[in-house]
Amino acid sequence: MTERSERPPLGELERLARLVRWHVLNTVAQSKAGHIGGPLSMTDLLVALYFSELSIDPARPDDPDRDRFVLSKGHSAIGLYSVLALRGYFPVDELSSFDHGDSRLQGHPDMRLTPGVDVSSGSLGQGLSAGVGIALGARARQQPFHTWVVLGDGELQEGMVWEAVNSAKRFGLSNLTAIVDLNGLQQYGWAAEAGRDRFDRSEPWGHADLPMIFRGHGWNVIEIDGHSFEEIFGAFDRVREAASAGLGPSVIVARTEKGHGISFTRGTYKWHNGVADDAQLALARAELLTEPEPVAEAALLTEGDRS
Amino acid sequence: MKAQRDVWGETLVEVARTDETVMVVDGDLANSTKADLFAAAYPDRFVEVGIAEQNMVGIAFGLSTLGYRPWLSTFGVFLTHRALDPIRMLVSQTGAPVRLAGAYSGLLNGSSGKTHQDIEDLAIMRAMPNLTVIAPADEVEAAAVVRWACEHDGPVYVRLARDAVAPVLPEDYEFELGRVVQLRPGGPIALVSTGVQSSRVMQAAALLEADGVDVRVVHVPTIKPLDECSLLDALEGCSQVITVEEHSVIGGLGGLVAETLTTHGLALPVTRLGLADSWSESGPNGFLLEKYGLSPEQVAVRVVASLLVGLPTRAG
Repeated sequence: MTERSERPPLGELERLARLVRWHVLNTVAQSKAGHIGGPLSMTDLLVALYFSELSIDPARPDDPDRDRFVLSKGHSAIGLYSVLALRGYFPVDELSSFDHGDSRLQGHPDMRLTPGVDVSSGSLGQGLSAGVGIALGARARQQPFHTWVVLGDGELQEGMVWEAVNSAKRFGLSNLTAIVDLNGLQQYGWAAEAGRDRFDRSEPWGHADLPMIFRGHGWNVIEIDGHSFEEIFGAFDRVREAASAGLGPSVIVARTEKGHGISFTRGTYKWHNGVADDAQLALARAELLTEPEPVAEAALLTEGDRS
Repeated sequence: MKAQRDVWGETLVEVARTDETVMVVDGDLANSTKADLFAAAYPDRFVEVGIAEQNMVGIAFGLSTLGYRPWLSTFGVFLTHRALDPIRMLVSQTGAPVRLAGAYSGLLNGSSGKTHQDIEDLAIMRAMPNLTVIAPADEVEAAAVVRWACEHDGPVYVRLARDAVAPVLPEDYEFELGRVVQLRPGGPIALVSTGVQSSRVMQAAALLEADGVDVRVVHVPTIKPLDECSLLDALEGCSQVITVEEHSVIGGLGGLVAETLTTHGLALPVTRLGLADSWSESGPNGFLLEKYGLSPEQVAVRVVASLLVGLPTRAG
């Protein structure tokens, strides 16, 4: 964990988040298939974790004392890969191999293939149990690292998640934190109300008080805007306080927007998956890469761009 | 005679004395599976997850990433059915050294009936890439297999029986992964079995001998990976193969043997004895074995019947 005074400037994090979003959209466009909305809704959370909060060293992805990260919502893999690449776990150019044959970047995260991926995921609902096991093992081994698990709000419909929620508190795992990417949409879901189409529907857990449910299981609950770095870091500070006071496990319920950061992908289930066309890529590029000195512009070019 | 579950619990306690990576993750059945022996000896390495088998698998996987080699303790049916997806993604696909102890396997589970009888586990688990699948015959082999699995750097499913059977292997038996064991030499009729059913098949062979029918008995402890040559060697000179298993006739040992013979171009008739394609019921062991054709007496009768017909018959 990183102290608050050491946090990078917000402007730098925002720039990185835009870059991640570009890579998500562009990589999927080049691969001709992939998820967009979920990776974009969790982008700011992952940037905050990987560029500030996690105690990690990309040069030593197997360091036994590193903080652990589990992307339980494994279909958002390209979001994780983009962050890992920018953080230095593998070359940014390698993103263009996403979903290709013989690639280290599989459609869903594979811990045996990709440097920096701590736990394989893909079938929803399993990551928190893995996190519970890791946190238990860390305590047994007296290793002081922290374990983070990012879950989707749709994923919380899987029953296994609640088995893990219940046991994390039973085991008193203050070294475990879950982050719920509460973007309110899933692949298809339910119509919000009669007369409105699915595009307008409310969050999948709109009928239930999720923070209250976690509180009922004894968790330390922190509610934030998942696109505000100030609120994200505030939550991390509160996680740290709870961990040292033995008041965990903690959950950060992060209200996010599916497809956040790109005008045509935001707020719609229709970009759960999607392949941007040339005009959309140009628009996204203009929205995301408008800085005077675009970072590593050459690295942003993919085969698709060059052709 | 000792039950395999007792042997499992006792052997783990013994191994854990010198191997600090051994842990047991339980699904609220420790006093049935005999994981309670381990819990009493090593409370710090015993994790009670409660009645949440999927979570159990995820937790065991997580522990394995820290260098532990946990054993799961629950009834086989809850592993191979309820927790199959976490086993598939977190254990089999990652190759994590998680040991799945499927207790109360097969038909005989203390009169719990079809909900608890796991008669499809071998078919399901042997289809899983990366997974080693072993069904020991008796207490001697169970102890050897547990010791072997503790050393193995990968996922293992071990099929364990609730109740004791007459031992068929010598005290100095050494388990060798993949190899079949010829329990009894004999003529051109081979009875091939796995798990504790091999003990009942040996008794069936004695009954058959008394009736003038000479059969050889081959025990297949390793359902995967099978040493195919050792099976072919054991079946050399056979004219008919009869597989017998406390399992569905679909996809288990019978399927394995038939596939192996076909792959090697051996056109031997294979009769598959086991649970027909139907569910069983509650009842005492003797009743179930008799009704479903797995008692020594029923196996002997069915073997004679298949020989009289002279052709493979539909099991059931």
